[in-house]
Amino acid sequence: MTSVVAPPSRGSRGAARSGSQRRRSVSPWVYVASVLVAGITLAPVVYAVLSGFRSNGQLGANPVGLPNPWIFTNYTGVLTSGSFWQYALNSVIIAGVTTAIVVVAGVMAAYPLARYRFKGRQALFNVFVIGLMFPLTVAIIPLFLMVRDLQLTNTYWGVALPQAAFALPMTIVILRPFLMALPNELEEAAMLDGASRIGFFWRILIPLSGPGMVTTGVLAFVGSWNGYLLPLLLLNDPKLKTLPLGVADFSTQYSADTAGVLAFTSLAVIPALVFFLTMQKRIVSGLQGAVKG
Amino acid sequence: MNPGATGQATAWSVAPGPRGRGASSNAWRKRLEIFFFVAPALLLFATFVLLPVVQAARYSVFRWNGLGPMDNFIGFQNYVMALGDTVFQRSVTNNLTIAVLSIAIQLPIGVLIALLLNRKFPGQTAMRVIVFVPYVLAEVVAGVIWKLLLQPSGGVNAFLEAIGLGGVTQSWLANSSVALWTVMGVLTWKYCGLAIVLLLAGLQGVPEELHEAASIDGASWWQTQRKITIPLLGPTIRTWMFLSMIGSLQLFDMVWILTKGGPDNATSTMATYLIRQGTERSQYGYSSAVAIILFVISFVIAGLFQKLVMNRDSGDDKPKQRRKKVSR
Repeated sequence: MTSVVAPPSRGSRGAARSGSQRRRSVSPWVYVASVLVAGITLAPVVYAVLSGFRSNGQLGANPVGLPNPWIFTNYTGVLTSGSFWQYALNSVIIAGVTTAIVVVAGVMAAYPLARYRFKGRQALFNVFVIGLMFPLTVAIIPLFLMVRDLQLTNTYWGVALPQAAFALPMTIVILRPFLMALPNELEEAAMLDGASRIGFFWRILIPLSGPGMVTTGVLAFVGSWNGYLLPLLLLNDPKLKTLPLGVADFSTQYSADTAGVLAFTSLAVIPALVFFLTMQKRIVSGLQGAVKG
Repeated sequence: MNPGATGQATAWSVAPGPRGRGASSNAWRKRLEIFFFVAPALLLFATFVLLPVVQAARYSVFRWNGLGPMDNFIGFQNYVMALGDTVFQRSVTNNLTIAVLSIAIQLPIGVLIALLLNRKFPGQTAMRVIVFVPYVLAEVVAGVIWKLLLQPSGGVNAFLEAIGLGGVTQSWLANSSVALWTVMGVLTWKYCGLAIVLLLAGLQGVPEELHEAASIDGASWWQTQRKITIPLLGPTIRTWMFLSMIGSLQLFDMVWILTKGGPDNATSTMATYLIRQGTERSQYGYSSAVAIILFVISFVIAGLFQKLVMNRDSGDDKPKQRRKKVSR
């Protein structure tokens, strides 16, 4: 029994308990295992960042050494070339437009699906749920041709609209229970004050569903930011390429310049990591919410 | 009227219209509102999700290169051709192998690490963030880093030599007998974090009283985990398995970046095969047939899994519903 450790505390009750329940210090194996896991997890990223500070000569002589001397030209070269910034800007615009469309359309659709009572409500909800079963790969060829026929190839809309459409099912599945959980008393009070259902939506429901909208928005943003297949097929104008496309292109175009590719790739990691670290709780709770559904 | 008794009925639907309108005009108004709210999402979804999937089914019975009229109807010939193609068969086998191996490899690792991170120790929070980093990186970014690490003169071989394992160095992605295993390794690195995060969430639902009771009865830490905690994670594990299987069947980005399905089709998946046929050879009818087969395989496996494995979880919903009602 001595080795039993208190499970994670949840809320004040758990916190109060863990104080009185503190066990003996944690086995050193926990630390050994942690260092090992953290090492395996982070090593490739750390390797990429450090190798960006080396020359190809250094990399060739010893692929796993530390930079000696530190070379900054790989990074400065990428940062001053302009194409990196163009790719990043394209990614921001496309992910931003996608997120805006998903959140607005998603919360609007989730409102009647959650709080109106009408015939066919469940059926309508199921139409969106079925979307979870349709992978992008199945639809990609017709999408490619459709976007071409709509003359949206090589436009931000051509990527953002399909991305938003494919993110909608998950958004609605997360938002509907969230909106359902808001107490009915709020609605009654709003009605007594003479608000219409639309007034209730704008003045009460939207402000209260902020956290749910942020979570779904973050998931949509990350999905769009990391997306590869749609931009790969729909964007071939170098001026419109997104960061993942840029990374893939750069790595094939300059495949001999390993250090340069690693510098470029490392820089592409930074925005994603910063975004993840600030939004970490939202991303995690969103995924968990999605699973608990 | 008691709103609790009518379930989800809103105050408006049980009371006369707020401005005292007649019942039928109120009903029309309600219909209009529903349409107004749902229309944007429905339009978007129908145009860019439902329609393309239906189109894929339509294209799949034609021989068509995407240009000109689609008038060469060939029935199920595309399907017959795909199912008889050895490269496609290889792709399906690869997908199934990846699906099975993902579960067999990631589940034990995920459970172990989740149990480890569920214990209280300084640095626990940092570790929880760290294990999730690979999952958040774009597939392309992670793939390019790994591709460089795995080339013959790359970091992985140099590292192996440095620790005295020079004998196992490889051209990891170019050797067709190890390439699939290499891809598996990268996938494990990339996706274990999702299993861990979901399992940690599941662990939050395990009441600590159970641990206390077990420890009072003299159970060791490992006994407690094995007999109590892990069985209680059942629903989380089944949900994760479901997500993992569907993801494995649709795998594209990582493989495309690492190997493009090569060498010698050793790592080809249904999705990379489909994109090859569609974009490089403009066989839109044929690659649509592949897409439909991919969809049917995913659908059948998902359905079987739901029926055989997940349906024991469905009973969980009932107590939840009841609790919701009582709290009103």
